[in-house]
Amino acid sequence: MYYIDPHIHMVSRTTNDYATLARMGCVAMSEPAFWAGYDRGSADGFRDYFRQLTEVEPARAAQYGVRHFCWLCINAKEAENVQLSRDVLKLIPEFLDCPNVLGIGEIGLNKNTRNEAIIFQEHVELAVEHHQPVLIHTPHLEDKHQGTRMILDMLADHANLSAERVLVDHVEEHTVKPVLDAGFWAGLTLYPVTKCTPARAVDIIEMMGTDRLCVNSAGDWGPSKPTAVPDLIMEMRRRGHRESVIRKVVFANPREFFQQSKNFDLADPASR
Amino acid sequence: MNAKEILDQEFLTIRSRLLDIAASLDRIQRAEGDATADSRMANVSEAIEIVGSQQLHRAERVQLLFSREYDQAWKTQYELDSRA
Repeated sequence: MYYIDPHIHMVSRTTNDYATLARMGCVAMSEPAFWAGYDRGSADGFRDYFRQLTEVEPARAAQYGVRHFCWLCINAKEAENVQLSRDVLKLIPEFLDCPNVLGIGEIGLNKNTRNEAIIFQEHVELAVEHHQPVLIHTPHLEDKHQGTRMILDMLADHANLSAERVLVDHVEEHTVKPVLDAGFWAGLTLYPVTKCTPARAVDIIEMMGTDRLCVNSAGDWGPSKPTAVPDLIMEMRRRGHRESVIRKVVFANPREFFQQSKNFDLADPASR
Repeated sequence: MNAKEILDQEFLTIRSRLLDIAASLDRIQRAEGDATADSRMANVSEAIEIVGSQQLHRAERVQLLFSREYDQAWKTQYELDSRA
């Protein structure tokens, strides 16, 4: 089955991973800007990173027939540095017309601090000003519930931001319902230990339904599995879900969300 | 699938994971020192109670047990204005 991985950090992955993903049916992916594993020293470091996301990775993906899209921001962890964040925010508009940029992301919270909240709000204002969709990171582990609720509070302040243009990512059992109830899209991340397993993700899909839910690997430089979406496909098949239902979750849903970006143009492979 | 069929499929996995938890707790107890006063151990005990209960939404309740508290007044505490 062909699918889209709506959240994967290919800058941290090998070219062999591109080949493997292509063989497993991945036809497109989107890569949100994130923390590199160390704090960058200047806004110029982010300019170089944005060039990697908009020039280098699409070319690497294209070698295997995979479409690569991306999202731009300063991540929540480095957003603790407000001055650096504001310097990076000034850079972002010059990249928004690059052909693979889908919007602003993954913005969000990390330890739910005041500085993170300030920069989150400024990112949302940038997205509204430039009419960009938004991809949101929710915090890890014990910070997730509190941080997700804080993010929803802040989003509620922006009446001019359409909920259907926002995806709140890394939801789990305790955060998925408030996100969907508020009208946003929700992303389930398949991580070996710290987020959802494929089995738990399918449980959530069975309880919440398939509308506005996407599934991703968030494959990166840490413990993660870039081929986790096919694992979810296998789990759904094992439980007897119809192919059309699986396809909605792993292809039609992310495609529908991404199509709100002016730079997204992915034909359905079935129409070839 | 009905409940019995799911149990047939899941039983060995459940058994294996319960044994992993039991063995991990044994390992902690066998080791030098004492972790019983660590608040995480209290959370683990409470989580095991939730898992063993008959109420639905065990996974959600365990998640909330391991979560920091959300305070609706957080913006006031941070002296942040609501933005429009």
